[in-house]
Amino acid sequence: MNTIRACVNVAFPDYSLAVNLELPGQGITALFGPSGAGKTTLLRAIAGLERAHDSCIRVDGQVWQDDAQAIFLPTHRRAIGFVFQDVLLFEHLDVRRNLEFGMKRVPLSQRTISLDHAVDLLGIKHLMQRQSSTLSGGERQRVGIARALATSPRVLLLDEPLAALDMQRKHEIMPYLERLSEHLKIPMLYVSHALDEVAQMADHIVLLEGGRVRVSDTASSLLTRLDMPLAHGDAAAAVISGHVVEHDPEFQLACVEFSGGRIFLPNDTIKLGQPVRLRIQARDVSLTLERQSGTSILNILRATVVDLSDDALGQVMVGLDAGGTRLLCRITRKSASALGLEPGKSLFAQVKGVAVL
Amino acid sequence: MAESSFSAIWLTLKLAALTTAILLVLGTPIAWWLSQTRSRWKGPASAIVALPLVLPPTILGFYLLVTMGPNGPIGKLTEALGIGLLPFSFSGLVIASVFYSLPFVVQPIQNAFEAIGKSPLEAAATLRASPIDTFFNVLLPLAKPGYLTATVMGFAHTVGEFGVVLMIGGNIPDNTRVLSVQIYDQVEALEYTHTHWLSAGMLTFSFAVLLALYLLNPTGRRK
Repeated sequence: MNTIRACVNVAFPDYSLAVNLELPGQGITALFGPSGAGKTTLLRAIAGLERAHDSCIRVDGQVWQDDAQAIFLPTHRRAIGFVFQDVLLFEHLDVRRNLEFGMKRVPLSQRTISLDHAVDLLGIKHLMQRQSSTLSGGERQRVGIARALATSPRVLLLDEPLAALDMQRKHEIMPYLERLSEHLKIPMLYVSHALDEVAQMADHIVLLEGGRVRVSDTASSLLTRLDMPLAHGDAAAAVISGHVVEHDPEFQLACVEFSGGRIFLPNDTIKLGQPVRLRIQARDVSLTLERQSGTSILNILRATVVDLSDDALGQVMVGLDAGGTRLLCRITRKSASALGLEPGKSLFAQVKGVAVL
Repeated sequence: MAESSFSAIWLTLKLAALTTAILLVLGTPIAWWLSQTRSRWKGPASAIVALPLVLPPTILGFYLLVTMGPNGPIGKLTEALGIGLLPFSFSGLVIASVFYSLPFVVQPIQNAFEAIGKSPLEAAATLRASPIDTFFNVLLPLAKPGYLTATVMGFAHTVGEFGVVLMIGGNIPDNTRVLSVQIYDQVEALEYTHTHWLSAGMLTFSFAVLLALYLLNPTGRRK
């Protein structure tokens, strides 16, 4: 498999970045961490925008930088697509010419993504004749992503592409990004400090802290590891992979089957058989020792307690196993004690249908 | 109007056009360096570029006269090269005007470059544009308002110069006698009618130029 190799050292007077990573050559890899962790610096170094020293960057078999051999390709000779937080469309060009700017500079033989394809994937056909200064924030970002794709990059680098957008716009863009990773075989490196974005989209997560890699692992495992900060706090969530097996048209519910059972959620758009990725936040899960009846809670899953860890004041995070799928549940310490929770205890996890994302 | 006036107008336009053209070419790298550098020489360099804004033109003219004169370093060089002496020639006038109008061209361009910042250039690099490609296809188009201001200000300021011309160019018809000197001459000779014609012409020209600048320049009207 083609991988991304990034051994990057950047030194600033008051701060340094030193990472040595081997990243998957497909899917979305999130570079996650607090601000100042070096996420953006790492991304910029891979793009050649930041001059890293003693570094080695190899993407898809191509060496972009190897200081040991004095190789350094300048940014414009690296097959990257870069999506900036503030988009940076060229204000003196209309949308079409913005899109064509990068594409025109790529030799025909190296073009793997046509302009039409990029435009279709981002749904921006109707914007082609517009001046870039007249676009809304969400539209600008979609044009920015399409512009990067039209250069047929070997890796798509996204620097907090959603951070400048409000909630609504964010949810407008996210499905497009997920579609990209499904439809194109291009790995995406995605810088973010928003756990909900990462949990929603990432296949692989690199957790950066103070310019060092704390851990690099698959999203499904890293998001629910109680010894890691991602599995704590309000946004902690487990990710479930399954596929739609049933629709309930009367109540507009979709039924998703996964290794731990079936989950119902309000949805009438996902097609039967389609693989889906669901996010269940730890705070939306409650526990009960016996299966409840006469409850509004739609989803009751049989599960076993695997581990427990203190969370915020008076709260514990409980790691559960539901038929091989890991779930998180956050409850008060009082409830945990009342239920006598300990590893190995079997019980039921309850999830409200409306809480499944 | 006297033939000498037409000759002076023509000479003035030629001088201003040539000076502006030279300054746009010369001023671009200076403005670029000033807009990007973090060197400790930025302060002194900016001060030198801005000097003609505050320096009495006669002083600038005096020093140019000395350095380009037969005993000055540039004068010796030009004589050794067989060009002859520059003072009291059209070429000398062009050189003097370049110094005199330098800040009027460099500063608007520098401001434009600073306002554009690094980001669009980085975006261009991620879209496979080489630095030269980026310069011509991103930086220059984005800096257009700055260049427009620089061109108009450089041109108009050169048209209006007087002190430097008098010091370095003298008053040679068809060669160094520009409009402002011609007007001065006519007033000295008490030929007020002619003076009115030329002065009113200059006034109208200056106003028209500035009006065009403010109408054409889109800055401040966007959004």
